[in-house]
Amino acid sequence: MPTDTLPNPGTDPEKTPARGTGELIRLEQVTKRFGSNTVLDHLDFSVDAGKHVTLIGPSGSGKTTILRLLMTLLKPDEGTITVDGQQLFPASDKQVREVRKKIGMVFQQFNLFPNMTVLRNITEAPVTVLGLSKDEAVERAKGLLDLVGLADKCDAHPAQLSGGQQQRVAIARALAMRPQVLLLDEVTSALDPELVAGVLDVLRDIARSTDITMLCVTHEMNFARDISDRVLMFDHGRIIESGTPEKIFSDPELDRTREFLSAVL
Amino acid sequence: MKWDWSAVSGFLPHLWDGLLVTLQILALGSLISFALGLVWALLMRVPSRWVTWPVGVVTEFVRNTPLLVQLFFLFYVLPEWGLTFSALTTGVFAIGLHYSTYTMQVYRAGIEAVPVGQWEAATALNLPLRRTWTAVILPQAVRRVVPALGNYVISMLKDTPMVMAITVLEMLGQARLYSQEHFQFTEPLTVIGVAFIVISYLASLALRALERRLAH
Repeated sequence: MPTDTLPNPGTDPEKTPARGTGELIRLEQVTKRFGSNTVLDHLDFSVDAGKHVTLIGPSGSGKTTILRLLMTLLKPDEGTITVDGQQLFPASDKQVREVRKKIGMVFQQFNLFPNMTVLRNITEAPVTVLGLSKDEAVERAKGLLDLVGLADKCDAHPAQLSGGQQQRVAIARALAMRPQVLLLDEVTSALDPELVAGVLDVLRDIARSTDITMLCVTHEMNFARDISDRVLMFDHGRIIESGTPEKIFSDPELDRTREFLSAVL
Repeated sequence: MKWDWSAVSGFLPHLWDGLLVTLQILALGSLISFALGLVWALLMRVPSRWVTWPVGVVTEFVRNTPLLVQLFFLFYVLPEWGLTFSALTTGVFAIGLHYSTYTMQVYRAGIEAVPVGQWEAATALNLPLRRTWTAVILPQAVRRVVPALGNYVISMLKDTPMVMAITVLEMLGQARLYSQEHFQFTEPLTVIGVAFIVISYLASLALRALERRLAH
């Protein structure tokens, strides 16, 4: 595997300021309501740089909302969000655009651009947002396609790929921006069962070989156990329990966690 | 009534003159309606009522008043305000403007049909708004609306004879002129009827080819 193509902002001093091992993401007293429904209720939590954190819990418990808040697809009603020491909310549009560069996201429905080839999907943002030359962007894209095992699909359109292949392209597309944080929103939920393993293998690989920070919402508990440093159990917009995957999956404190896990495992 | 082939051959040079005018109105009118309709559709998405309200009022007004009234207005009233254009220019603009108020609705539907996930992916990649529109949203929206836009081209073709009312001699104008000079109505009117069918048929073939190309 060509290591120079891996997203590795921590070892690339020209791209990003030296990054400590400290806190990278902080949410303070974050509340999000949809109408009368409070999805997140004065939530506090933080993630240290380089850590892999998995959010579990029943649907509607606010896991995906956290990722969408961090990606600025939603705005909180109250609270503050800080990434790498810079405020993401509340913040000016200009600041949001700046801080957002540190964050990448992979979606449940892939959301590749169907009007572009696979290669163009990956090079579009590095060229227009980061100002890479076409050649640099193509080189970076090809390295990433190699990483996700789709080096031969450069010129294909998304519609010609399987769901699993599309999702791997989407992962490459997110990594091409060299984010410090990768948000993974139920990335295998829309896939046929036999395609799930390929996508998870790629993510395991990335988790192992880079120091990218991952925030992951998933129902794949084995995957969560493999890659996570910390697992957070959500219920009704609050973190009700957190700990190492060994602790949460083998010996949870709360009956609610136990009950949820026995339902999904 | 007798069919007179000599009237057909006598009318053909005039048909040719009229045909060129009809095609000009159709081509330029389509271009104006496609471009202006897109402008209206985009302005209607500006998050400010200072923009959407006037655009909404103007386009509703144009859509809900007869094309013929608009032609007369532009042709007879504008010169009083010091704006004088040729009859053909006025006709092209009036038809383009009138149809832009329909194409704007087509574009709106096409833009709204682009899945919200496309906007979210563009945000996640930090694409600037302008780039999101030009590289992601519009290419997908336009592909979806080509069939509907094509239907308006055919509609517009059938409205081109209205410019006769402001003295432009397109096919119907030529046929009427010829008929009145030669007292032969059947042949010229039949010939232009056939010409209209042929143009719509060719236009629909071209549109279908375009649709196929856009579907990759």
